[in-house]
This record gives sequence, structure tokens and C-alpha cells, in this order.
Amino acid sequence: MSNLLQVRDLHVTFVTPDRTVNAVNGVSFDVRRGETLGILGESGSGKSVTLRSILRLHPEHRTRWSGSIKLEGDEILTMGRGALSDLRGQRVAMIFQEPATAFDPVFTIGHQIAETVRRHTGKGEADSWTRARELLEMVRIPSPAQRLKAYPHEMSGGMRQRAMIALALSCNPSLLLADEPTTALDATVQIQVLLLIRELQRELDVGVIFVTHDIGVAVEVSDRIGVMYAGKIVELAPVEQMVDAPRHPYSRGLLASTVHDGMRGRRLEAIPGAPPDLAEVPTGCSFALRCKFVQSNCVARPPDLREVGGSHLVRCVLVDAQEAGVAA
Amino acid sequence: MESLVPVEDRGGPAQPLLLASGLRKHFPVPGGLLGRSGKVVRAVDDLSLSVAKGETLGVVGESGCGKSTVARLLIRLIKPDRGTMVLDGDPVDEPHGITVNELRRQVQMVFQDSYASLNPRLTIGETLAFAPKAHGLPAAEARARVRDLLDKVGLDPTNYAERYPHELSGGQRQRVNIARALALRPRLVILDEAVSALDKSVEAQVLNMLVDLKTELGLTYIFISHDLNVVQYLSDRVLVMYLGKIVELGSVEAIYGDPQHPYTRALLSARPSMDPRRRTKEAPIQGDPPNPIDPPSGCRFRTRCPFAEDVCARAEPPLADTGAQAVACHMRIAGSGHSKAVAT
Amino acid sequence: MAIQSPTVDIAAPLVRPTVASASRGYWPSVGRRLRRDPVTLVCAGVLLLIVLSSIAAPLLGLADPYKTSMIRRLYPLGSPNHLLGTDELGRDMFARLIYGGRLSLFMGVTPVVCALLIGGILGITAGFVGGKINMAIMRVMDVFYAFPSVLLAISLSGALGAGTENTLLSLTLVFIPPICRVSESVTTQVRGFDFVDAARASGASALTIVRVHVLGNVLGPILVYATSLISVAIILAAGLSFLGLGVKPPEPEWGLMLNTLRQAIYVNPVLAALPGVMIFITSICFNLMSDGLRAAMDVKA
Repeated sequence: MSNLLQVRDLHVTFVTPDRTVNAVNGVSFDVRRGETLGILGESGSGKSVTLRSILRLHPEHRTRWSGSIKLEGDEILTMGRGALSDLRGQRVAMIFQEPATAFDPVFTIGHQIAETVRRHTGKGEADSWTRARELLEMVRIPSPAQRLKAYPHEMSGGMRQRAMIALALSCNPSLLLADEPTTALDATVQIQVLLLIRELQRELDVGVIFVTHDIGVAVEVSDRIGVMYAGKIVELAPVEQMVDAPRHPYSRGLLASTVHDGMRGRRLEAIPGAPPDLAEVPTGCSFALRCKFVQSNCVARPPDLREVGGSHLVRCVLVDAQEAGVAA
Repeated sequence: MESLVPVEDRGGPAQPLLLASGLRKHFPVPGGLLGRSGKVVRAVDDLSLSVAKGETLGVVGESGCGKSTVARLLIRLIKPDRGTMVLDGDPVDEPHGITVNELRRQVQMVFQDSYASLNPRLTIGETLAFAPKAHGLPAAEARARVRDLLDKVGLDPTNYAERYPHELSGGQRQRVNIARALALRPRLVILDEAVSALDKSVEAQVLNMLVDLKTELGLTYIFISHDLNVVQYLSDRVLVMYLGKIVELGSVEAIYGDPQHPYTRALLSARPSMDPRRRTKEAPIQGDPPNPIDPPSGCRFRTRCPFAEDVCARAEPPLADTGAQAVACHMRIAGSGHSKAVAT
Repeated sequence: MAIQSPTVDIAAPLVRPTVASASRGYWPSVGRRLRRDPVTLVCAGVLLLIVLSSIAAPLLGLADPYKTSMIRRLYPLGSPNHLLGTDELGRDMFARLIYGGRLSLFMGVTPVVCALLIGGILGITAGFVGGKINMAIMRVMDVFYAFPSVLLAISLSGALGAGTENTLLSLTLVFIPPICRVSESVTTQVRGFDFVDAARASGASALTIVRVHVLGNVLGPILVYATSLISVAIILAAGLSFLGLGVKPPEPEWGLMLNTLRQAIYVNPVLAALPGVMIFITSICFNLMSDGLRAAMDVKA
């Protein structure tokens, strides 16, 4: 399968007069056509920043980038204005956590979707409304013809989120970025939207990057999961391997501390402490301070992302040592 | 000076710590002429519950089901339109009972938003000392209590008493909020989505701490959350709400092991699967929860219920005891007229 | 507004270090921001100069601002002994401008301070108590709001008659509604925060909650707004004097001076504009300073 998106050694630093934030510190991954990559991380892990970098949504004047993001071979980080605006919406689309902010409250849903279709494809008035209707059907909104005439505030949260997905897919993007799109939704609605994204991804054969803090959600939608911590991917593996045999102490801690069935009455295995400050680039492993397996060589230099078989990548000296032991 | 020592149990262990019956709160919907649209949000409708001493009662439901309103009603941050409350045998806000202020000393609350629930202009120490001082505790004793409280929630007093909320992480702030709720030595603590905004690794720390504090201080919890897993982990009994009504109430084993109400079942199977080989194939129910301004007639869940029949629109099912739990569903009431109703 | 819940910002995912660091309160951090804002510093400096020289006017060895002279009328700027020339009655302009500052500043600051007390208390009460009391207070304010402030000031002064006290009274009345409205809105906002609910749940009295939890959070924005009103008050007071509804001659006051120098506008336009320049400088300094304060206090903690 060909690589749709290739991210290599991405660094993103925000510089304000008050402080510097090293939000992303060397992230590399690929997304193939027709695959969903889940990026799992807690607040401040850099997951959203990574995602937004793909569309270069950060304010240019206070953001420093390095590395490379290539979509179908085209470098995004050095792209000019024109190419960038073609990229946004047409080749890469994004859905957000809060659908209310993605729509203009004074226009109907239909108007806004048709408008986007017209702008990007040059279709006529009637054609673009037909397309808008098809899109609403595609995201399983009941009685789409009437819904086209609805204003955003007249729709429930779940419907708005579906409409936003329709808007995002209106120009047949090859890559769909999802930034916690179900976090604000109720449980019974969340699962509907998750299933919808999964089905659409298969139907339309798009690549999806799905950012979430919820392991359960990531497991439901992802083919592969990347776990981020302090601006780095610490582990990247196919979803089964990630759930069955996580190798990085952070991934293991995260899975162990997530409450689920059958944990009642048992003490939770919490990870002590809090994520590090991102003002400075750490000299060693960023997780070392909270890790129960910490050794002296953890803080010496940042560990590399190492392949441990079957496209399972881990960034940990412990795993390095184990692999070396196996090899020897 | 009011005594700030913990209040002893009075009615014996069998007497419920808190009994609420027939609580109702309807909020007027602003808009229309003169700011009155005549419509109301039926946030909580005739809700009765009891909390036993030393237990944790979990309250689950989706947004708009009224679970946060219940919390605020129980601590009287909002006044119920109807209904009575009894705290360990004492009626609340009634001639022969206890005052609302006394209720608030014994019942405290932890809010979801750890940031908004701390005054940004006060240090952590000042925030924690506020309630004891307002109840007349001398400054020196209040300071000692602040140290004790910070110690209890695992924050080093010398390090944190002088800090401001924005200098703390979300987890630390929520620890402070829990400490504040404990400042008056309450018997019942209402935790309203208290861990929902926290990262998973921090959530586990706070959950462990809540379990420890409960044993150490002999507390009773009402734990309100939309996260079914966390409620299952912490609760002894669980109450499921839908659009301002209780749909099911029972022991945690019964609710999670053998849910009776179609909504409870849907809610449980809407949880994301943690097993990639057994992913959810189909959403248990379609659509969104209806607007609480105009809830459906009869059973409020009928518009999304796969088993809805005529009777569900006609009559409102009462909360009926089925043995292990109480369920408000016509299918569980013999002779209700529902084709799937249990036989007598 | 100064108080905000965390918003979506690129710095939002930043998690603070758990290591102890020197704790900074809110006001020190505002001070730190102000020190890095040259515009505000310069404005504050200019205002300080104007205020100090007005207060210390009798000690500065200036010419007598009331002493008229028929032969020395309308001397141009830079004349010997009269640095800024003389007015239409031969009084020293420099002295009159400095002395004029006393009344003009007094007329600008006093009504705002009075309105701040009354409007602030009304607004905070309305915002904190809410319900019918809020409705009653705010609808009364709306009645005042229906009139443009200039018209309201003129009609009140006209009805009360000319004179310093009446000008102060009418200006105070003019400024109560806007201050009340701002106080009400920030208080309502703070009132909605969970920490106020938490304080209520602790059983503290309403007054204690207002004192400890509300005032500290609303005073900043209200003061900033009041500062911006001072410039309006100075201009309105000057306007009333210009129309003959405020200070009476021969008192030196910038608005009144502007009026009496009106005839000289063809003879010596620069001279005639001097009181206006003073009004302009003072009010723009107050405005810029209030902007600077607003920016410095708008800390997303």
C-alpha cells in the first residue's frame, strides 16, 4: 500500500514573548491510503499540534517548524499560499471537537455545504445543492432534504457533528484529520459517530488520522495506534499489538490506569506525577521521571524509536536492552 | 462558634444518611415577550433517592439528563420547586429540622471544572481556609487545618499553600477542590464529574485517593459521571437517569450484570470496546437524546426505544421494584399493556 | 475580561512544572507586564506631571492667573515673561493652563469616583443577587441610557443651573449607568463560576462571598473602565463650561478658557487652541493608560 502522508522528524515550537513551548519534538509516521491511524495522548502530549501542523493551522509568526510533512510527495511545510489553500479542504479535510464553531450560525447547513462544494469544484448552484444533499445522505442524516434548510443551532450535537463530517468530505479529500470529534458527544451518540467515521473511511478509501485521549475510542476506530508523550511518539503499533502487548512503560501505564470492567475493588495502577514542562527540550527520556523502570542511562540521551518486529515501534532503553539480549 | 468537629451518626447505621423525595426542578426558558417564553426545561422531575451511610451512590446519564441539577438540588445551590429532604432523620429547611446552612456543612460538593472552581486571585491556602474561617475558626486553627487538608490530598503543605491555581496542574487543582470540600468535615460528598476532565493517568491517582479518603474519614459519596466505567469502579449502587427521570436504580452488580431498562442496556453497550477483535458492530440506539424542554409524553425514552408501543406514549411507567433493582419500564410491569410485559 | 476559563490557545496544552517555583500573585504579574509597555508608562508619566503641577501650582512661582492687563492682551507664544502668551484679558496663559488643570482634572475625576462608588455598588449588587433586584436596578439604568450622555449632561446641568457643584452632580449621574452596567456584567460573569457556588455551598454569608471572592475579580475590569471614563468626563466638563453651564469666569478651566479665547481664533489661532491641546493630551493619556491596564490585566492565568 502506498504512503499517503509521510511525516519525518517533525518539530513544532511555539515562541511567545512569555515563553517557549516545544510542543512536538521529532515525530515521524506514515499514513497509508484507506487506513486509520489513531494518535493517543493526554493533554499537552502534542497530539493536536501534530495534527494541525498537517494543515499548517498554527499562527505562522510565532511557530517554528522543522522536519518534513509530505502529502502524496508534496512538501507541506514549504508550500506556498496558493498550494496551501488547495490543500486545505480539497486534499486534506479536518473535523473538530466542537461542531458548533465549524458552522456559521447565520447560514443554513445546506447553504454552507453547497457553498464549499461550489468554491472547490466550480459546480453550478443546482448541482452543488444536489451534492450537499448526497453528502447528508452519506453521513446518514435522516430526511436530508429538510435538514439542508436547517440552521446549525436547530440541530442536535450528534447531527451537527455528522453535518461537519459531510462538510469535510464535500470535496473528496484523500486525508481526513479528526481532532477528538466525539469527545463532546454523549455516549450513545459517540458510538454512532465512531461507526460512521469507520464506515465512511472504508467506503471512500480515505486515510484518517484520529486524535483522541480515550483508549476505548482509539481501539474502536484505529488500524494502528501511536501513543504520544511530551511531544514524541513513544510507541506505534497495530491496534491488536498495542492492546495485547504494549511495550513502552507509558503505554502500559496508560492501559493499566484506564478503568474498565472487572477492576472493581482493585487498586488502580496510577502513573505517579504529571507530564513535564515543555519549555525545555529534555536531555533524556521525557517519561523517565514518572517511570517505575527508570535506569541511569534513561536520562543520558533520548532513546530512539526502535522496531521490535511486525511494524511495532517503541522508544525505550528497556526495550533496546531486551532486543539486544534477544539478538545476542 | 459553631463546632467544626465531624457530626456523629445519629440514627444508627440503618437510617439513610440522606433521603430525598419528590424533588422537582423546572427552569423557565428565557425568550419571548418580557423574557418569558412560558416553556420550561424539565431538568428534574419527581426524583426520589436515598443514600445509605458509608456507601457510594453512582449517578449516570447523558448530558441534559439532569444529573448535575440533582447535585445542586441536594446541596441546595438551587431551590427545588417541590420535594423534601431528610438528613439523618432531620428534615431540611423545615420548622423542626435543620437549616440549609447546617445541611451544607454536612454535605459538600466537588465540581467538574477544576479551574473555574478555584478563585484565581486567592492562594490555595486562602481558598482552603475560607470555609472554616467563615464558620468562625480562628486564623491559627484555620492554618493548621489547611496543612492537614493538603496533607490528606497528597500535596505538600509548605510547597502548595502559597501557590495560585494557575500554577498547578489539572490533577493538583482537583486535589485542592477535594480538600476544600473536606474542609468542613462533611459526612456526604457529592462528586459532580469530579474526574471527568482529568487525563487518564491522573484520573487513576485521584480515584485511588477518593477511595482512601472515604475509608479514612468514613465518608459517603454521591458520584455523578457520564463515564460508566468509572462509576462501576467506585459505586455500590447505581442510579441511571434519562431526561430528568430515574429509569433504573439498583446495586452495581445488578445494573452492570443484568440491566433491565432498554436505555441502561443501550448505555452499557455504547461503551467503546477495549478489544480490537470484538469491535462494536452496530450502535445500540440511534439519534440524540431529545430536548428536555419538551420531553416525550409517557415514557421519555420511547422515541429512541426499539421496543416502544402505544402504551409507552400513553402512560408514564412508574419506578417498579423487580427484585434486584427498580426499573421504570412498561415491559417490566405485569399487566401494563405492553406486549412484552412480564407475566404476573 | 480579566477572568476567563482556559480557552483554546496554543499554550493551553502546556502543563505547569510540578517543581516548586517562586509563586507570583496576580498583581505582581500585572505590574511586570506594565513595566514592559512603554506607551502606558509614558502616558502615566505625562499624567503624573500634569497632576503634580496642578496640585503644586501655587508653589511653582507662576504668574497670578487672575491678574488681567489691558495692554498685554493676546501676546503670542514665546513672549518674554509669558512663555505661552496671554489670553484675551492679558492673563498669563501658562499659569492659567496649569491652574486650569486643577479644576479640569477635579471635574474629570470626581464625578467618575462618585459614579464608581454608586454605580459599582448598584452593579455588583444587581449582578450578585440577580433576579428581580437585578431587573429593577438595570431597567432604571436603561432609562438613563436612553439619552446620549452629552445631551443628558447638558439637560441636567441646564435644569440644575450653572456652577461647579451642579456640574459634578450632573456628570456623576451621567456616569452611574455605564459603570453600573459594566459592574453588573462582570459580576454576573464571576457569579457563574463554580468557585462562587463552592463558597455558597460552604455556608458563608453573601457579604463575605462578595468581599473575598467577587470583589477581587471584578474590581480590576471596573477600574479599567472607569479610567477610560475620566477622559470623557474631562471633555464633558470642559464642554459644559464652554457652553456656560459649568465653571463660571474668571476661574481658570480648560473648557471655559477655550470658550473665552474663541474670539481670538483669527488673531492668534495657536494660542486659542492651547486649552484644547491640554484637554486632548490629558484625555488621550487616560485612554491609552486604560488600554494598557486592560491589556496588562488580561492575563490568561
